[in-house]
Amino acid sequence: MQLRIKLGREARGALAKDRTSGDAVSQTMTRYIIRRLLWGVLLLIVVAALLFLMFRYLPTADPAKLRAGRLQSPQIIAEIRHTYGLDKSLPAQFWLYMKNLFLHFNLGYSYYSNAPVKELLFNRLPATLSLVFGGAIVWVITGLSVGIISARRAGSRLDRASMSSALVLVSAPEYWLGLIVLYLFAADIGRVHIFPGAGSYVGLTYDPVKWFESLILPWLVVAAGSAAIYARLIRGSLIETMGEDYIRTARAKGLPERTVVLRHGVRAAINPVVTVLGVDIGVLLGSSVLVETVFNIPGIGRLNYIAITHADFPIVQGTVLFAALVIIVANIIVDIAYAYLDPRVRYS
Amino acid sequence: MSASEALGAPSAAGLGEPLLRVEDLRVQFATDDGIVHAVDGITYQVHRGRTLGIVGESGSGKTVASLTTLGLTRQQGAHISGRILFEGRDLVGLPDEQLRAIRGNEIAMVFQDPLSSLHPLFRVGAQLIEAVLAHRSVSRAQARERAIELLGLVGIPDPAGRVDNYPHEFSGGMRQRAMIAMALANEPKLLIADEPTTALDVTVQAQILALIERLQRELNMAIVIITHDLGVVAEMADDIAVMYAGRIVETAPGSVMFAGPEHPYTWGLLKSIPMLSGPRAQSLVPIPGTPPSLIRRPSGCHFHPRCPYAQPDHARIDPALEPVPGKDDHHVACLLDAADRKRLWAELQAGRMPDQALAATGLGGARP
Repeated sequence: MQLRIKLGREARGALAKDRTSGDAVSQTMTRYIIRRLLWGVLLLIVVAALLFLMFRYLPTADPAKLRAGRLQSPQIIAEIRHTYGLDKSLPAQFWLYMKNLFLHFNLGYSYYSNAPVKELLFNRLPATLSLVFGGAIVWVITGLSVGIISARRAGSRLDRASMSSALVLVSAPEYWLGLIVLYLFAADIGRVHIFPGAGSYVGLTYDPVKWFESLILPWLVVAAGSAAIYARLIRGSLIETMGEDYIRTARAKGLPERTVVLRHGVRAAINPVVTVLGVDIGVLLGSSVLVETVFNIPGIGRLNYIAITHADFPIVQGTVLFAALVIIVANIIVDIAYAYLDPRVRYS
Repeated sequence: MSASEALGAPSAAGLGEPLLRVEDLRVQFATDDGIVHAVDGITYQVHRGRTLGIVGESGSGKTVASLTTLGLTRQQGAHISGRILFEGRDLVGLPDEQLRAIRGNEIAMVFQDPLSSLHPLFRVGAQLIEAVLAHRSVSRAQARERAIELLGLVGIPDPAGRVDNYPHEFSGGMRQRAMIAMALANEPKLLIADEPTTALDVTVQAQILALIERLQRELNMAIVIITHDLGVVAEMADDIAVMYAGRIVETAPGSVMFAGPEHPYTWGLLKSIPMLSGPRAQSLVPIPGTPPSLIRRPSGCHFHPRCPYAQPDHARIDPALEPVPGKDDHHVACLLDAADRKRLWAELQAGRMPDQALAATGLGGARP
């Protein structure tokens, strides 16, 4: 019996020896991810607290009065106050709010419509996801191709033309660009009736073709600025990379120039792009207010916009917390992706 | 120009056609500041199984010359003239696609800094496999077998386990071994090694040089080794060419060169390195000044501003590479009289400083 245990331990030892590096890597990674997640939770608590304080102390309309609408009487307002717990002391309100949020994952109920905020968010999520991920695909593809071509022909007329238009697109505000695009191409009000305009969004599961058509213009608008930034980013990064010694080695091996650029060059130049991509998608998921409003897409951004105009605190709080959560998660994903993209960071 | 005369070095006689024959190669780059004359009419040749050492300071054009052999200066908009004959084919005018088929296949190159020369994001094995697949139509599995075999060949322990490592998991010496393995992937006829040991520890340097010599014997490769280190060429090279400001200023078989160097620049190189085998503790004599700009080169002999023995007319006359009287395998581009050079070198060998040597020979140091 004892002998068997000993053997077992030795065998395990040998196995462990074989895979020391791999195990050590995944262990450090796991520990790192757990640490990041704990920090993320802490950050969410801080954001929630700040939100609460901001809404109580910054000048805003009285939600109870807004809810009462035209039937305002002190009695009704007091009743509403009581229903929503607005008559309790601030610390008591805060405690209730934090307890609901972090122990029951309850985001509360809309002051305006009484609907649960969590449900509202989930209902609006598909539209926002469609907009942001579709846009991201457009901007990554166009940004990378323009950037790579520009880098390979740095200084040429083509390069200068694309970099100047990139500058224009970066500087153009989204809502302005959205209106211009609608004015030019929308099926209803456009000069040329090509694509469905504002308010034409339908769910993917309802009608995939219409879903796709309705999102073409919003995708272009969402993608324009980012594509321009990515084109400039990858251009600079690739020009720098192509001067590296290992590119010379790749050429000295006799690889075709295409392989040298696309495999060796782009592979190394793409890391900074991946870093910003995760964060950009995260930020946009939480704050695509302008594009969703211009195109009247029923997403989270639009929900947030309407809630702000109604002083509907639970919804604003819900959307902002959602944004914070998405950005935190996106950052963690980027970090993990980075470790896989660059083997050198796995050990540090 | 006596460049063509320098071709038939007798040490190479009886070896038949050289594998590589560079004739009057010139490489120029147009920059905003003017034209850089990186390589200015150099001629050399290498035979199968033999080693040529090209020696010079950084900025003497030695790296540009070898990169040009592989066509790697084409992307940088270099203006190239002259001929690079490899087995009779002129590489200068060869279409990109044909040159690519030679690169990494028949001619391979090892670079100075193995860490920056290996792609940091690809496994060492993947980079070796890629080198094999670039020129051989074999399966990926076969290429991988070859990669492991190559790592073993260059003396990396446990090659089957190491093949999946990343370059940063290798030590400096192992990285350079991996670079050499990559260069040997397709058993090249010519290996160009550009400062292959400069970035390495002294103990590892000797190992790498021994490895290159062993592989040369096994594969009967011709080698061009580029270095600033005369110790390296003394050990490795059959023939030596000393480069200064884009030109070859002295060339001879190794033994001849070390027995009686003729060019003051070569003297400077020899006197500025410590020699353990020297007769006594000699003081080191650095070469004064810095290598000249390759855009606005000095008039006359390009070395005259740094030459302790320069005479007034050396700033006017541009010396040609000519045979040393009585030795047709030894060429030098120097305006000093052959007899004076002999006396100066004898004085320097006796441990005198350049100015003392100058005084002793009675040449007069009327420096321009």
